[in-house]
Amino acid sequence: MGARDAVIVGIGLSDYPVAPELDAMDHHALALRRALADCGLEKSDIDGYACAGTAMQVDDAATMAEYLRIDHRWVDGTSVGGSSFEFHVQHAAAAIEAGLCDVVLVTYGSDLLSRMGRLLGTSTFSSGSGRVRGSAQYESPWGNVLAGSYAMAARRHMHEFGTTPEQLAEIAVGVREFAGLNPLAQYRDPITVDDVLNSRLIADPLHKLDCCVISDGGGAFIMTTRERSRDLAKPPVYVLGAAAAETHWSISQMPDFTTTAGAKCGPEAFRRAGVRPEDVDTIQIYDSFTITVLMLLEDMGFCQKGDGGRFVETGVLRRGGRQPMNTDGGGLSACHPGMRGIFLINEAVRQLRGDGGEAQVPGCEVAVACGSGGFLSCIGTVVLGKEGRS
Amino acid sequence: MTIDALRDTLSARALPAPDHASVHYWQRAAEGKLVLQRCVTCGDYQFYPRALCASCAGETEWVDASGRGTLYTFTVIRQNRSPAFKDLSPYAVGIIELEEGVRMMSNIVDCDVDRLEVGMALEVLLLKAADDVGLPFWRPAGG
Repeated sequence: MGARDAVIVGIGLSDYPVAPELDAMDHHALALRRALADCGLEKSDIDGYACAGTAMQVDDAATMAEYLRIDHRWVDGTSVGGSSFEFHVQHAAAAIEAGLCDVVLVTYGSDLLSRMGRLLGTSTFSSGSGRVRGSAQYESPWGNVLAGSYAMAARRHMHEFGTTPEQLAEIAVGVREFAGLNPLAQYRDPITVDDVLNSRLIADPLHKLDCCVISDGGGAFIMTTRERSRDLAKPPVYVLGAAAAETHWSISQMPDFTTTAGAKCGPEAFRRAGVRPEDVDTIQIYDSFTITVLMLLEDMGFCQKGDGGRFVETGVLRRGGRQPMNTDGGGLSACHPGMRGIFLINEAVRQLRGDGGEAQVPGCEVAVACGSGGFLSCIGTVVLGKEGRS
Repeated sequence: MTIDALRDTLSARALPAPDHASVHYWQRAAEGKLVLQRCVTCGDYQFYPRALCASCAGETEWVDASGRGTLYTFTVIRQNRSPAFKDLSPYAVGIIELEEGVRMMSNIVDCDVDRLEVGMALEVLLLKAADDVGLPFWRPAGG
């Protein structure tokens, strides 16, 4: 243990899942205010900032640092989709431990649902007007949709390993059970495997209930050194290990449709943390689609490649199971404002603090947050602990 | 989707803006020929076209593709509200593994979506979408 070990000291979420009175900037600001209140730091203490801007709204790191007036000496605008915030943890932890800055703020905000409606998953990204540049030119003519990219991974996984629609559905059912405990979750009524299979096909073999919701929302977290955390409001949560990797960006460039970059960064994060997958008490995993969860579980080493279907059927991820997953109701049921990785960090910290309420995982000491960005493209794994590295 | 129905959809699709690396590829496709880049140093084929060999950073040359491949994976799109596609559902989007080893995305056409299978043999069908762009569709081989 060292005085400059990176810790997370403050978390905050803006309002979700439906917040028509807030725009993207409001979400950033509200989450920032709540994260500061959570840890007791002043805004002027912040000297590092990270944010993942997108082309859909002008909130790149430089713009947002100006808007929020963050006087930073370290900034990170890494934007790799929903997992950007797991990448930020890796980068910020290294910056803090190297002494480049002392207090890092990470924010995210999105008014996706209120501004654009529910079309993200079932529209072609390019609207059809005008020519398409870059690597998207090799996909835009074919009318693929976001859900279709994940569906093609699911199809290949079924072909190679015999994974079934029922096994994928089990993931949605388990996450919905936790959503029932979260008063803010977008969908809270219990569902069954049959409900998932009877929901309409969006992109074969994925049904509507295999797909995440579309919501508004935002989040923030604040990192600092172990030493600086001593006089703050809440006990620190330790960044035990963080790693990130990329296999492709465009889905058609994915080298193996059944394996993500989680197979690289999962084991690396665990090695750095000095823990094994079986030591993890709760898993916060990017559930953009049920297949995302299945593949990331395998790739991180919670089970063998190809065994994900049988693994989820054991109930290990359910409430009361050995490694409860997505205890806030996840993207499948609670909220998904477009890039959900910051919610994974928030929920992992909440659990490690013992603040999980009805969804609290008993004796929670080690949590993993694993984000997927793009199209199963950029994966970031963060292992967090109630205690620091020994 | 039949071939004739398909032709009517081409101009409404989000067509590529050819760049330095891709202009030859799209142009040759408009002329009815599927071409691929191959590295003059390491011999690797690659798709999509790039300004270098993505394996070894070497120079590439254009070679004719056989136009044969197999279906690596696919999905059937049931809902796409974009103007060019909203009336086409259900239609197949797939990843085709070419004989040369590279993969590309396309529509699998001239085949009932219920008869698609991973591993099925496919052949390319090039359709001209604009003066500078041809689109490679794929259909069951020998169909």
